Amino acid sequence: MSQSLKIDNLHASVDGHEILKGLTLEVPKGEVHAIMGPNGSGKSTLAKVIAGHEDYVVTEGSVTLDGTDLLALEIDERSRAGFFLAFQYPHEIPGVSNANFLRAARQARLPKGEEIDAVAFYREMYAKMDQLGMDRKFTGRSVNEGFSGGEKKRNEILQMMILDPKYAVLDETDSGLDIDALKIVAQGVNAMRSPERGFLVITHYQRLLDYIVPDVVHVLSDGRIVKTGDKSLALELEEKGYDWVTKELAAA
Amino acid sequence: MTDSATLEAVSIDQDEGNFSYPEDYAHDAGYGLTEKTIDYISDIKGEAEWIREFRKRALKVFNDKPMPTHWASEDLNNIVFDHIRYYLAKGQRPTRSWDEVPDDVKETFERLGIPEKERKYLAGVEAQFDSEAAYSNVKEELTKEGVIFVNSTEALREHPEVFRPWFGKVIPTGDNKFSALNSAVFSGGSFIYVPPGVKVKHPLQAYFRINAENFGQFERTLILVDEGAEVTYMEGCTAPKFETATLHSAVVELVAMKDAKIQYITVQNWSNNVFNLVTKRGLAHENAEIRWIDCNIGSRLTMKYPGVIMKGRKARGEVISIALANDGQHQDTGAKMIHAADETTSNIVAKSISVGTGRSTYRGQVHIPRHLKGCKNNTECDALLINATSRTDTYPAITVRGNRHATQHEASVSQVSEDQIFYMKQRGLSEGEAMSLSVNGFVNDLVREFPMEYSVELKRLIDMEMEGSVG
Ligand SMILES: Nc1ncnc2c1ncn2[C@@H]1O[C@H](COP(=O)(O)OP(=O)(O)OP(=O)(O)O)[C@@H](O)[C@H]1O
Ligand SMILES: [Mg+2]
Repeated sequence: MSQSLKIDNLHASVDGHEILKGLTLEVPKGEVHAIMGPNGSGKSTLAKVIAGHEDYVVTEGSVTLDGTDLLALEIDERSRAGFFLAFQYPHEIPGVSNANFLRAARQARLPKGEEIDAVAFYREMYAKMDQLGMDRKFTGRSVNEGFSGGEKKRNEILQMMILDPKYAVLDETDSGLDIDALKIVAQGVNAMRSPERGFLVITHYQRLLDYIVPDVVHVLSDGRIVKTGDKSLALELEEKGYDWVTKELAAA
Repeated sequence: MTDSATLEAVSIDQDEGNFSYPEDYAHDAGYGLTEKTIDYISDIKGEAEWIREFRKRALKVFNDKPMPTHWASEDLNNIVFDHIRYYLAKGQRPTRSWDEVPDDVKETFERLGIPEKERKYLAGVEAQFDSEAAYSNVKEELTKEGVIFVNSTEALREHPEVFRPWFGKVIPTGDNKFSALNSAVFSGGSFIYVPPGVKVKHPLQAYFRINAENFGQFERTLILVDEGAEVTYMEGCTAPKFETATLHSAVVELVAMKDAKIQYITVQNWSNNVFNLVTKRGLAHENAEIRWIDCNIGSRLTMKYPGVIMKGRKARGEVISIALANDGQHQDTGAKMIHAADETTSNIVAKSISVGTGRSTYRGQVHIPRHLKGCKNNTECDALLINATSRTDTYPAITVRGNRHATQHEASVSQVSEDQIFYMKQRGLSEGEAMSLSVNGFVNDLVREFPMEYSVELKRLIDMEMEGSVG
């Protein structure tokens, strides 16, 4: 059984438009992969399809997490199986405090009848917030409501730390972050890098990859992975633009 | 989709109130309502003649008044008054000790957790089973201070000088068809008197339980709080799920004398065969405060508009209302604020949630006449729709005359977005848990103002409703 997040020949459409057109990609446990690609190429679509968003129809292909067929699971079951998505546009949950939300999400992972240890939970949450430089007042505020763009992204990383997933997709977590926040968030992610966990980092900018150094870089264009390389591919892309990849492809 | 573990956990809880014991009543007024029914009830209670007369007059008013279906739900026409029993009792007086309560009744209240709550945080409890209280007890120190907490029969027999002057004064018999019905056949309920200056620290609680099918429960409550005194009263209600309709029609009158404070909290969890048609109103004298916290969950049709008549200068009235209408249910609720003195203040905050084919209606009435000055009203009503089939309507009627007042009105209708649920499920919450959390979030700013025990109870009920409603 493969220890990886494995996406094989994935085809997915929304409202009858095919967006993912045979996407294949494997993130083995312990590695960090980056995905880059032009606007509208299908990066967020990929993230949402893995998560199980009901607007998308998978017409072909498979997604497995350490051998488990993710596509056969409900959205929440995928999460509890160890998949986490840091959203490009995190949603607001009016009236539900950040602490309550995190606690409910943690509680959902416990066997039936077992209660979360509230004191230990708060201690852990505070420690992780400190690590991300988040003020304590964010525990009492409604999830993402009125948060600035950067605060929302930081909050996504806090959730990831608390939920301790096996594989995480970070969808443009760097956008909206100022330079200092970018470093802090990257440190948070790096602290979570481990032989037991895989990351798929979606970004437009080389800058993030200076801090979170990837093992592998993929280029996504028009619903397919068109090029894969090591971290130097990101530098090359930054220099030459996506045109270079598409032209190279056309030439081949 | 709710996962099976959640469903299982929920299905046990959800039917918490759904059990009943075989009927063995010593007193049964039989089906239908005539003068004979009233004589039967009055005889059993050994009532004074004036009460019998009061009842009979009320019966006439009830018979003469048409159903208010010109503005209210047509579903009212499905109540068959001849198929209802108006008085059912085991024929014994309420005891002060749970040990003396008949076994099946005691078990009922134990399953509902009443004796436990009493030990934990209540100053007094009354537990009514069908028509009569089975248990009634109040902490000794309160009795010493002169606090009276008894059922309606005992109150009118033992303390007529205290209660008779106010009985039927805040809500006259003819206020509406159902207040007339209650006035004809009332039984049980709580009569409370708090002497001047006495501040009752812990809440007094009444619990109303319907056990029998084809039955009407008509409790009558009168709470009289003397100058500068304070009390919090909580009521809870449940009934088993029967095939046929059950009727609950209460009248609750509150009187707050000068500087007094009354907080009246309802947690209603009726099964969906119950017609719940209740009239609640308070009279606030100078600088007095009456606050209704009214949470309506369950029932087939609830019609309830707690009100405050602010009769004295600087009196304050408040209604905080939360209604949850699930599949096939209609919560028709609201508030009535009558300003009758200068510088009176009222506040209405109503939140409703409609789930599935549930329907919630807000009806508010605020009345400020021209000759007054310095009155204030704030009205906020927010509706949350869960499904495309859910429904909400708002009928605010704010009549403010003159320009020496300040009023403010806000209303909103919102929906739980699919993306919000997706986000929550991505974090591992089941659909039911995500819905519960969203709904709790919607009412959160209100619930924060409730006493702790009560907000916990309400959260639990919302969780049960929401988790049971998906899957
Ligand atoms: N309902 C829809 N109907 C048709 N096309 C859609 C629909 N929803 C999304 N799309 C299209 O799918 C494509 C992929 O969108 P996606 O959000 O995955 O892009 P992305 O690679 O994440 O872009 P960005 O870098 O801007 O975040 C876009 O062209 C978008 O317009
Ligand atoms: Mg995107």
